[in-house]
Amino acid sequence: MARHVLRVNGKDHEVDAEPGDSLLSLLRDDLGLTGSKFGCGEGFCGACTVLIDGQLTRSCVTRVGAVAGKAIATVESLAAGDRLHPVQQAFLDAEAFQCGYCTSGMVMATVALLKNTPNPTEQDIARVMDRNVCRCGTYPRIVDAIKRAAQQMRTTTTAVGGQR
Amino acid sequence: MSSIDDALSGREVVWGTDNLFKSYTVARGDVEAAFAGAPIVVEGEYETGSQEQLYIEPNGMLAIADLQNGVTVWGSMQCPYYVHRALAGLFNLPAEKIRVVQMETGGGFGGKEEYPSIIAGHAALLAWKSGRPVKIVYSRAEDMVATTKRHPSRTKHRTAVTRDGRLLAMDVDFVIDGGAYCTLSPVVLSRGTIHAAGPYRCDHVRIRGRAVATNVPPHGAFRGFGAPQSIFALERHMDRVAAAVGLGPDEFRRRNFVHAGDTLAVGQVIREPVSMNTLLDRALALAGYHDKRRRFVEENGTRAIKKGIGFSTFMHGAGFTGSGEDHLASVVAVEATREGVVRVLAASTEIGQGTNTIFSQIAAEALGIDPDDVEVVQPDTSEVPNSGPTVVHHALVDAGVLPSVHSRAEFRAACRRYVDSYGTLRATSRYQPPPGVRWDDQTYQGDAYGTYAWAAYVAEVSVDTTTYEIRVDDFVAVQEVGKVINPTLAMGQIEGGVAQGVGWALYEDVVWREGRMANAQMTNYIMPTSMDLPEIRVHFEEVPYPYGPAGAKGIGELPMDGPAPAIFNAVEHATGISATRLPLTPERLMELMCASPAV
Repeated sequence: MARHVLRVNGKDHEVDAEPGDSLLSLLRDDLGLTGSKFGCGEGFCGACTVLIDGQLTRSCVTRVGAVAGKAIATVESLAAGDRLHPVQQAFLDAEAFQCGYCTSGMVMATVALLKNTPNPTEQDIARVMDRNVCRCGTYPRIVDAIKRAAQQMRTTTTAVGGQR
Repeated sequence: MSSIDDALSGREVVWGTDNLFKSYTVARGDVEAAFAGAPIVVEGEYETGSQEQLYIEPNGMLAIADLQNGVTVWGSMQCPYYVHRALAGLFNLPAEKIRVVQMETGGGFGGKEEYPSIIAGHAALLAWKSGRPVKIVYSRAEDMVATTKRHPSRTKHRTAVTRDGRLLAMDVDFVIDGGAYCTLSPVVLSRGTIHAAGPYRCDHVRIRGRAVATNVPPHGAFRGFGAPQSIFALERHMDRVAAAVGLGPDEFRRRNFVHAGDTLAVGQVIREPVSMNTLLDRALALAGYHDKRRRFVEENGTRAIKKGIGFSTFMHGAGFTGSGEDHLASVVAVEATREGVVRVLAASTEIGQGTNTIFSQIAAEALGIDPDDVEVVQPDTSEVPNSGPTVVHHALVDAGVLPSVHSRAEFRAACRRYVDSYGTLRATSRYQPPPGVRWDDQTYQGDAYGTYAWAAYVAEVSVDTTTYEIRVDDFVAVQEVGKVINPTLAMGQIEGGVAQGVGWALYEDVVWREGRMANAQMTNYIMPTSMDLPEIRVHFEEVPYPYGPAGAKGIGELPMDGPAPAIFNAVEHATGISATRLPLTPERLMELMCASPAV
């Protein structure tokens, strides 16, 4: 066991862990951040997706020792109080889920996509989606949600730009 | 023993005297006599593989257990009262000492119908022995190796037809592999057997259904519950019979569809209006079937990527099979709090299909109140009555019973007055079958289901003759499911079911090695992602069903039935290859195409 300092959602947490422990189990079991889900344990399904220094990352195959000092963002960081992040709101508006288990991973993947690609093409969306699986088969709605979110965030950005 | 053939050969006996968990025979008319005089007889044999439910949340359970307080488990499940009964038996405790709570469940598809009883038992026994809470969550590999999957099947068809394409007799032998323990195999077999002759009129039918014992892990419930297996065989076979009599697949079916007043193989007279022709017309028109059917053949020629279009027509019985609904005698309770909040108490679980929304919607509509004023209580056996398991969207069929009343303000005031004066305001309702429904478990004749949903699905495919990959380019799903209560949820159920059907048909291959699943990872058990799926165009014809809640029939299982045969029929149109075994992976298609001199 060793002591690690993890910066999660803007706050430092001191945790005792083996360097090889998975970030996902630490987030869920030690920090109580259960928004990130365990699906496959091999970085394939995307249910555990978080952002590390803004980059889309599979937390189930990320070792704690590798992320000390980096900025880790989970789905819990998105909403400001009761106000949902535009991507979360878009998923709600599009009813882009059934059981909801893959949703937080889908939302985080969308946040990462739109950060770098505010105006994604169908192809860009499909590429992201191919790495996040939904067994309920809600893909058409998820694509719709991603488009709505992109639109919404572009509109918001323009408004802010206009005020400058 | 790891196959249906092993079990039927009887070389080794692992169950009873003949390796049969269960068998049924449906008999109508005089099959042998009809075959004796038949001008055309078409035979075929069809196989389907196992399929993993692959809910993204693995099975998991938390237990506390001690002598004084009894046993409590919280976990991911579809049927709290199944787990409750299993634990009561395991611990030999009275019912009130067992408490089972369903937590938010990350998908089920039938895979959390039986298995949660096992993992709950393991967790509870460890908790009892250790005196500590115990949590067990399966890794993906553990879940895939240990839990129940869809039954593999083999179906043999022998069909007699007139020269002008009318069905004279159907002889069907339907066998499913139950695995090492019986589990729900008899019930899965029952649905598969009853659906084996489809929505066709035929006076002489014999269906023999058997569930065999083998040494592979037990197979169990999966969306469709045996019907997708026998419907795959039938709808592939119907295309071949059509070809044998020289008719188009659509014209052949039109000459044989059941209509209101006709009798199904189990002797059930169809009482409600049904128009398979209308559904088929609409589906074929939406898909541009006739034009493509002609055009693709002309265009394919020597092209490396060949296109094809095919369809399936089918029905799916609503609710539980035969006397199942009566035996379950499901109970739903509704109570109103002093504040005017209506609480729906049912053991039917939300697993992503929208149960909570639908219950709220039905209760709100019946009471004339806002859905936000309805609370669907978390399924907890210490609080909710036994509404039966959440399968077949039985939830929907059974729970929609409430008196009609007033406006929101009046409703709230009335609740307060009632609770202050008399205490708890609570009503309980038990399932009542529609009038005149009769079923005989001995002869397997009668009204197998209260009613049926009807459908026509069309698939358009591209087959790459270099890589042998098959891609579904377009999919049209037209169905009649009674009244559609919530269009968004209903469309979602169809889209999701079609996605799983595409996976079952083309990608999802459970590889067995010495009776064990060899590819128990998401990286080598391939399910479709958004890249693999076409737009799924969903259309409903609405014919309200008078005995369903708010006119609905049930919808969740239906979309699993149609995609696989429609896709296989389209592949035959594209390539001339009449494949009979799913999944049709590139490796299998390559074998078939290399062995075929015509291609």
